[in-house]
Amino acid sequence: MTASMNIRPNIVGRLWRRWDTRLCLIVILVYAAAAVYGEAVYRTARLTDRTPAYNAVRERSRYVAPAFVRLGAVRARPEDEPLYLLGSDNLGRDVLQRLVQGTRIAFHVGIITSLIAIPLGVLLGCLGGYFGGRTDSVVVWLCATVASMPGLLFILAVAMVVGQGLAGVYLGIGLTTWVSVCRNVRGEVIKHRHRAYVQAAQVLGYRHARLMFRHILPNVTHIILIAFSVRFPASVATEVFISFLGIGVQGEPSWGIMINNARLRLWQGVWWEMTFVTLAIFALVLAFNHVADELRDLLDPALRTEQV
Amino acid sequence: MKRYIVKRLLEMIPTTFGVLVLTFVLFHVVGGSPAEVVLGKNASSEALAAFDALHGYDRPLLAGRWSRIRALGDVPRETLARRPESGLLRLPLTYALPAGRYRVNAGRVLLGLRESATGAADEALVDGPAPLTFAVREGWTAATLDIEGPSAPRVRLEKGNRGLLDSQFVHYLTSLARGDFGLSIEHRLPVAQVLREGVGPSLALTIPILAGGTLVGVMLALLCAAWRGSVTDRAVLVLSTVLMSVNYVVWVLAGQFLLAFKARLFPLWGFESAAYLVLPVLIGIVSGLGRDVRFYRAAILDEVFKPYVRTAQAKGVSGARIMVRHVLRNSLIPIVTYFSLSVPFLFTGSLMLESFFGIPGLGSVSLNAIHSSDMAVVRAVVILGALLYQIVNVATDVCYAWLDPRVRLG
Repeated sequence: MTASMNIRPNIVGRLWRRWDTRLCLIVILVYAAAAVYGEAVYRTARLTDRTPAYNAVRERSRYVAPAFVRLGAVRARPEDEPLYLLGSDNLGRDVLQRLVQGTRIAFHVGIITSLIAIPLGVLLGCLGGYFGGRTDSVVVWLCATVASMPGLLFILAVAMVVGQGLAGVYLGIGLTTWVSVCRNVRGEVIKHRHRAYVQAAQVLGYRHARLMFRHILPNVTHIILIAFSVRFPASVATEVFISFLGIGVQGEPSWGIMINNARLRLWQGVWWEMTFVTLAIFALVLAFNHVADELRDLLDPALRTEQV
Repeated sequence: MKRYIVKRLLEMIPTTFGVLVLTFVLFHVVGGSPAEVVLGKNASSEALAAFDALHGYDRPLLAGRWSRIRALGDVPRETLARRPESGLLRLPLTYALPAGRYRVNAGRVLLGLRESATGAADEALVDGPAPLTFAVREGWTAATLDIEGPSAPRVRLEKGNRGLLDSQFVHYLTSLARGDFGLSIEHRLPVAQVLREGVGPSLALTIPILAGGTLVGVMLALLCAAWRGSVTDRAVLVLSTVLMSVNYVVWVLAGQFLLAFKARLFPLWGFESAAYLVLPVLIGIVSGLGRDVRFYRAAILDEVFKPYVRTAQAKGVSGARIMVRHVLRNSLIPIVTYFSLSVPFLFTGSLMLESFFGIPGLGSVSLNAIHSSDMAVVRAVVILGALLYQIVNVATDVCYAWLDPRVRLG
C-alpha cells in the first residue's frame, strides 16, 4: 500500500477535487457513519438485553405515514409515539431505524465478503503469476472451475447448504467472487515478473515470498483497490437479492428482508417502506459504482469494466 | 484446426472434473446428511438409515471398506448396561440391524437374531480377536447386540461395503455419466424429467431478453461511440450507471406493480400466451441494459481510434458506414464473447422473473428447490449450468479459431 501511495500520493484528493466524485464520497461516508451508529445500537441492545429500537413493536402505530407527509398530525400524535420520520411498517416499527440496521448489514456483507475474496484472489493470483508452470496451471484450473459455476444459483446453493443465516451468505459470495480478483492480479504479476527491479531483487538473493509480497505486490495494489470498489456494491446488491428470497439473514432488518416485507403492503398503498429501502440501496450502490468508475480511470485506464 | 478443437476439448476434462468435485463437496460433504434435510431433525434413526440405504448415502464418501451407521451413536464404554445372565454389555441399538456385514471393536459378540418373515428368534455367538467381523443373513435382522469389553473407550460399530471403491463419489460420477440426476424429493419425479419440462418456458423468456438486450445495447453503444464526448454519449453513460445501480429485485417488483398492477398494461401473472411474456422480457432487457451498454461502448471505443478508421474517413466514407461496416465488425470479438457468456444462462432461466411472473421454467424450479431443500434438483441445475458454460466457451473459442488463424496458431 505504502509504495503505491508514494507514487500516486493523492488518489482521494483527486477524487475529492471533482464535484461528482466528491458527492459520491460524501454519500458513502454518510452511509458508513450510519453503519457505525447502527452497529453501536445493535451492540448496546445485545449488551443490555433489551429490544432494540428497530425491533420495537407498537401495535397501535402500524402503517404510520412518514412525518413529512402528515405535518399537522405529527404535532397531534400521542405522547409516547415516536416521530416516524420515514413512517412505520406493519408492526409499527420505525422504518428509518431499520434502514440504518440494513446499512449496518450491507457494510458487513461488503467488507466481510471482500475480506474473504480479495486475500484469496490476491494470494492465488500472486502464486500463479509469479511461479508460472504447474502452480499456474492449478490456479488457472481453479479459476476456470469456479468461473463456470452458474453465478447467482451457485451462491444461493452455497448459502443454502452452509445455512447459518448471514455466515452462509458471506461464504457464498466470498468464495465465488475471488476469481476476477485472481485473474487480474495474476495478469499484472506476470507483467511484472521479468521487470528489471524484480530481477535486481532476485540477484540480491531474496526469497520468493519477499519478491512476491514486498516487491511485486505493492505495484499491483491498484488492482486490489479497484476490485474492492467494484465488489462492494455488487455484493451488497447480491445480499439484498439473497435475503429478499429468505435465504440469508433472519430476524434482522436487512434491506432485502425489508423489501420483501414492504412488497405485500405496496399493493395496499403503503408506499413509504418500499420507496425508502429502494432509494437507500440505490444511492449507496450508485455512489460506489461511480467512485469505482473514476477510480479505475485514475489508476488503470487499461482495465475495463468487464474485467473486474 | 482439428488439432485445435481436440486440444480445447481435452482442456475441458480437468475443469469438468473440478466442477464435479466442487458440487460433490458442496452437496455431499458440506451439506450434511441429506436424510436429515429431507426427513427433518426429528426423524427416527431407522427411517434415516433406510433413506440413506435407498439413495446410497450409507456408503463412505470417497473410498473405504467400512462406513459408520446410524444404529449406534458415539457410546462411551462406561455408559453400557451389563446383562446379568451373560455378563456381556448390551449396545443401545436404535433399530434392528438389517442383513449385511458388520464390524465391532470387541472380542465377543452375542447376536439376538430375528427372522423378518416369521418372527422366529435365534442367538449367535461370535468369538475372536477384536475387531470382530460378523454377518447378518438375508431375511434376518439383529435386534440386540451384546459385546464383551470393547478394546477402546468408545464402541465402534461399522457396516461393510461391497468394495473399496463402492463410495458415494464413485456412485455420484457413474450415475451422472449415465445421465441420472437422481430423484426430486419435492416432485417425486426423476430430476431429468423436471428439468426437461422447465427448459421450454425458460428459453421462451430468456432468448428474447438476450436478443433484445444485445440489439438495443449494441445500437446505443454505436451511437455513443459515434458521438463520443457529446451530450448524448454522456447522458447514455450516466443513465447506464444509474440503471446498473437499481437493484434487480426492485426492477422486478416495481415493473410488476407499476406497469401490470397500476397501469394495467400487461397481464400480471401466468404463462398462457405471448402477451404474458412481454413485461418480464422488458424488465429483463432494461435491468441488464446499463451493464451491456457500458461494455459494448468500451469494446467499440477500442476500435474507433485505429488507423483504418482514419483511412476510411480520408476516403470519404460516411460516418454511419464507418461505424457499422468497419468498426462494428472489428469489435465483434469482445461483443461475441460477452454475448456467448450469457448463453448458458438461457437454459437455467431467470430465478426472479420466472417466480414472480409465474413462468414454469428452470429458474422458478431452482428457486422452489432451494426453498424446499430439494438438493438433487439444485445440484443438477448447477452441474448443467457449469457444463453448458464450458461447452459454450469451447464453441466460442473454436469459432474464433475458425475466423482468425492467429488464435489457433498462437
